Amino acid sequence: MLLIECPWCGPREESEFHCGGEAHIVRPLHPEQLSDPEWADYLFMRSNPKGPHRERWVHEAGCGRWFNVERDTVTHEITAVYRMGGPPPNPSAAPGRKR
Amino acid sequence: MAERYRRRSALAHLGLEVRASAAVPHAGVVLGECRMRGLLLLRGDVASAGFRSAVSEVLGLVPVAEPLTTARKRDVTMLWLGPDEWLLVTPDRRVDRIERTLRDALAGQRAALTEVSHGRAILTLSGPHARAVLAKGCPLDLHPREFAPGRCARSRLARCQALIHHVSAAPAFEIHVHRSFAQYAWTWLMDAGQEFGVRIAPME
Amino acid sequence: MTDAPFRLPSGGRIDRGSPVSFSFDGERYTGYAGDTVASALLAHGVRLVGRSFKYHRPRGVVTDGVEEPNALVQLGIGASGEPNARATQVEIHDGLAAASQNRWPSLGFDAGAVNGLLSALIPAGFYYKTFMWPGRWWMKYEYFIRRAAGLGRAPTGPDPDTYDKSWAHCDVLVVGAGPSGLAATHAAGRTGARVLLVDERPEPGGHLPGTSQSIDDAPAEEWVSAMVSDLAAMEEVRILPRATALGYYDHNYLTVLERRTDHLPYRERRGRVRQRLWKVRAKQVVLATGAHERPLVFRNNDRPGVMLASAARSYVNRYAVRPGTSAVVFTNNDTAYDPALDLADAGLRVVLADVRTGLSDARRSQLRRRGIELLAGHAITDVRGAKAVTGVSVAALNSSASAYAGGHRKIRCDLVCMSGGWNPAIHLFSQSGGRLAFDEARGAFVPGEARPAQFSAGGCNGTGALAFALSEGREAGKAAAAACGFRKRGGTPLPKVDVVEETPIRLLWTVPSRHLGRRLDKHFVDFQNDVTAADIALAAREGYRSVEHLKRYTTTGMGTDQGKTSNVNALAILSETLGADIAATGTTTFRPPYVPATFGALAGRDVGELSDPVRTTPMHQWHVEQGAAFEDVGQWKRPWYYPRDGESMREAVDRECLAARGSVGILDASTLGRIDVQGPDAAEFLDRIYTNGWKRLAVGRCRYGLMCTEDGMVFDDGVTLRLGEHRFLVHTTSGNAARVLAWMEEWLQTEWPDLDVYCNSVTEQLATASISGPFARQLLTELTTDVELGRDAFPFMSWRDGHVAGLPARVARVSFTGESSFEVSVPSGYGLSLWTALMHSGQRYGITPYGTEAMHVLRAERGFIIAGQDTDGTVTPIDLGMEWIVSRSKDFIGKRSLGRADTTRAERKQLVGLLTDDPEEVLPEGGQIVDTVTKPPMRMIGHVTSSYFSANLGRSIALALVRGGRDRHGEPVMVPLERAVVPARITEPRFFDPEGKRAHG
Repeated sequence: MLLIECPWCGPREESEFHCGGEAHIVRPLHPEQLSDPEWADYLFMRSNPKGPHRERWVHEAGCGRWFNVERDTVTHEITAVYRMGGPPPNPSAAPGRKR
Repeated sequence: MAERYRRRSALAHLGLEVRASAAVPHAGVVLGECRMRGLLLLRGDVASAGFRSAVSEVLGLVPVAEPLTTARKRDVTMLWLGPDEWLLVTPDRRVDRIERTLRDALAGQRAALTEVSHGRAILTLSGPHARAVLAKGCPLDLHPREFAPGRCARSRLARCQALIHHVSAAPAFEIHVHRSFAQYAWTWLMDAGQEFGVRIAPME
Repeated sequence: MTDAPFRLPSGGRIDRGSPVSFSFDGERYTGYAGDTVASALLAHGVRLVGRSFKYHRPRGVVTDGVEEPNALVQLGIGASGEPNARATQVEIHDGLAAASQNRWPSLGFDAGAVNGLLSALIPAGFYYKTFMWPGRWWMKYEYFIRRAAGLGRAPTGPDPDTYDKSWAHCDVLVVGAGPSGLAATHAAGRTGARVLLVDERPEPGGHLPGTSQSIDDAPAEEWVSAMVSDLAAMEEVRILPRATALGYYDHNYLTVLERRTDHLPYRERRGRVRQRLWKVRAKQVVLATGAHERPLVFRNNDRPGVMLASAARSYVNRYAVRPGTSAVVFTNNDTAYDPALDLADAGLRVVLADVRTGLSDARRSQLRRRGIELLAGHAITDVRGAKAVTGVSVAALNSSASAYAGGHRKIRCDLVCMSGGWNPAIHLFSQSGGRLAFDEARGAFVPGEARPAQFSAGGCNGTGALAFALSEGREAGKAAAAACGFRKRGGTPLPKVDVVEETPIRLLWTVPSRHLGRRLDKHFVDFQNDVTAADIALAAREGYRSVEHLKRYTTTGMGTDQGKTSNVNALAILSETLGADIAATGTTTFRPPYVPATFGALAGRDVGELSDPVRTTPMHQWHVEQGAAFEDVGQWKRPWYYPRDGESMREAVDRECLAARGSVGILDASTLGRIDVQGPDAAEFLDRIYTNGWKRLAVGRCRYGLMCTEDGMVFDDGVTLRLGEHRFLVHTTSGNAARVLAWMEEWLQTEWPDLDVYCNSVTEQLATASISGPFARQLLTELTTDVELGRDAFPFMSWRDGHVAGLPARVARVSFTGESSFEVSVPSGYGLSLWTALMHSGQRYGITPYGTEAMHVLRAERGFIIAGQDTDGTVTPIDLGMEWIVSRSKDFIGKRSLGRADTTRAERKQLVGLLTDDPEEVLPEGGQIVDTVTKPPMRMIGHVTSSYFSANLGRSIALALVRGGRDRHGEPVMVPLERAVVPARITEPRFFDPEGKRAHG
């Protein structure tokens, strides 16, 4: 079970959190202008890397805040925690989304 | 307001007033229900000077910015719940007036106010083994170094969500749960405290 | 009282002042407090304690601890019985009843032992090879296999004991209170760090009390007690004895099983928690789990009386028991020498056979002084005896240890002590994700690269010598505390420990048989699962080259001991057979738990009424008193129906449904989710969340809304009240309340932080009674003075604030039944008061409480969906025929998906009504719908989502999702059930008041 450092509440048990999947997937501003494949890419396609992965978590049973976590999917090591809207702190660590 | 006398707490059906008189030798834990409190959820932007001053004008308290802390002025306690969220604990009879005044003061601010007095049950837990009982179901680190008196945190108690307020070093805790979970939380605490001996606190 | 024949007159950690009486296989024995079942039985000369799993061979005690493969006993009987307890760990107490396992009819004469005679016919993979075919016979095979095999008996009744779980947080967790663990705890504890020391034994010291070791020129036990009293004075240090670390998970999360009462007489256990599972989160972890001695693999090495050298030593020193009278010690390394000396000091005749030559003079002279005969370069070639060892054969090995150089000599003895080296207890290290390294010189896996915030010290780190173990422990404790920010200068100097120069181990994975070239079929590797060196070699020849495959094929390491004594020997033999490196062969995966755990401890107090929270409404007590039958809706207990005397469910529901349309019905709707949405952008926010528009909804009015997920599928629905220009009260379905609030928060925080909106749950703040039917308005008129209830003053889909029954209330004219109805909400504390007032005044109108079943029927009659019942995450608003609620003029979550090729295709499943040809036939929900009945598989075109008997219509009704169903109204379909095929006809999904006029009434 992971120990996740909430940016507000500090380190807490994973059972207080909920994972919201891959981070930095921005909702298109004008969905109606997108082709079906473009919309499907936003909707369904995720990078699923082996290694560093940036994902969204919410401190559901705590302060209720969403934030981003950079986690190694092999070792579960958490290398960064940063607030929503903030830039990823280790720009080189995680692979970009393959589009 | 006459209807106040018709109000029933979440655990009213348990007859705790009667059970409170029962002598329990060597009780390591004291459990009770705190019945007459007004509760207001306050939301707002702590970075906004207008919001801060509007709140402090009414309550004499500036919204606390430090996570997991509380502040108290006269009979109102403010608990940090999140970076834009606080719980105001007031005497029951003053909650309506405080809500009205605060709502007026907050007009035009980025803020929201919601009364939840009836939606919660507040259980009190104290006694020498209070921490040990709580630790059975709450993943928080309750050591005084980490969770000093005056701190509060939302977390879990067994299988329900709870707001834990460390009210005094005695140690004494107030545990807020959603009203519908009150019976479960009470039963769980009674069960978890059994090995230490549980006494029921007199009603406030 | 005369003492047991093999009890030494003095010494040991037992309390001779506290005799204890217990039984084994019905015989009464006495021992002392501090004894285990194994030590007490050995004191009485009991050697035979069990039968092996497959061949039912007689077996005795091999170890003195957790790794015991043989001495497994059944404790107690009935509901509190426990199988497979390790006799080497079970502390005796008055009244304890232990029994041997896997024998019938008795331990001495076991019918299953015939398997041993047939062992040549039961090779590796026997079950796989034999019981393959024909498939239908497997059931028959299984019956006999399960009778013959298996160890203890699982209890049959509910567990009478209480169990518990607790979190524990610390700066430093130290696992193991042996010398390294104590040194680590001391070094960390003196800095002021919060240290938790967990240890599986009843008393700290690890193996030290079982040795004759001296520290600082005094018995090691004195050092141990000095450490313990130091630790007791440290406020932030906590020691948990009888606590075994079971699992080591991510980020220093460990589970520890504490056995709190198992060592106590039954009368002292009452009211106490039997076992507690600690969920430990440590900032730093020091593993000081020690090492397990390895057996040697020689012919008939499983005879009762063959045990590990360290165990024999422990029985002498810790328990003051002579494990025999005449011993042959068989070793390939130096650690068996001290045991040999201690055995000789305890009065045993001792011969030491060492496969090595070139031993140190120091060792030789130690043996000489005790009169121990040394057979250097010798090995045991066979062990004699059946139910107990009677002697061994020894012979000199040739230089390559592949054969014997000389003749065989027989030695009479009743005890064989073996040492094949040591396996560091790397279980937890490996579970945590640490990489293992193979130490060629010691022939053992040792910790390699560790996960962060973790140290290994002493035996588990491959460090055998006590002096080094102590210093490693101290350094690890210091470093772990420092990593948490705790430092303190100084400290006690390391104690002085004598060091004897060691001769390196000579690895000998199998000891050649007396008759070379014959199978190694009595050379046991895994005692518990009866796996021999021959089995492993055979498996390797058959192509099981991976150690994971070998394990499953031969079952080696798959017993309750998880191969603690056998795994390294097994994979070494595999490697030898394959001609591969042991390092390359690798180990099987170490998985939690380290020792078997009771289900009770894993469940803790989450059993019975606490197994899951039960949520109740403010009116719950009333429902209980009225004898309502309850339905679980998520965690809520909701009244399902209110049966009157002698009424069946159908009768009660029919009566309730008729009342709600004929007079007045009342429903506890308090479980509805409610969200207070406030802020200038509230309408804009709802526009994005819901498929329909909100900006033009007037204050004082209500609107039904539907929300989708981004893939266009219906997620939730409900009525929203506009409370003010900037304030809405959103209602969600009961089961989705938390999910919808979380959904709203997610969008606000992650996509639209610019919107000035706050959402707060008020689900629990309000209690709601919904009254429905032709007399609903009249009833309400009696109870309110300040709410104008006329049709025009208070139109359908609007709300008013006022007082009902003298309580501050909000009344909404919404309807889920299709009747004229009012939802009255008051603060929860008044919920019961409101309810009883309505029931009281409603009597003259025949007010009838109705439950969730009637509610379902009534809404289905009108064709109202229930999100989550008629939808399942694959249904769009269009599929439901609800185009009217889907806005074309604005964007909302899921809108773009409604234009995808998949969501617009004609063959989608669409909501329809279904009327069976037989009006009495009520289809089962989930029933599959076909066009024509053929031989299975049939092409299924849909399924029934809701189905009831409608008393108001006098027939059954159903809702269903059917492919292209909307164009098929009037067409016949079939619903094949087990008992019959039910013909039905597709209809509009509305059965009652299709224009919906009554709600306005």
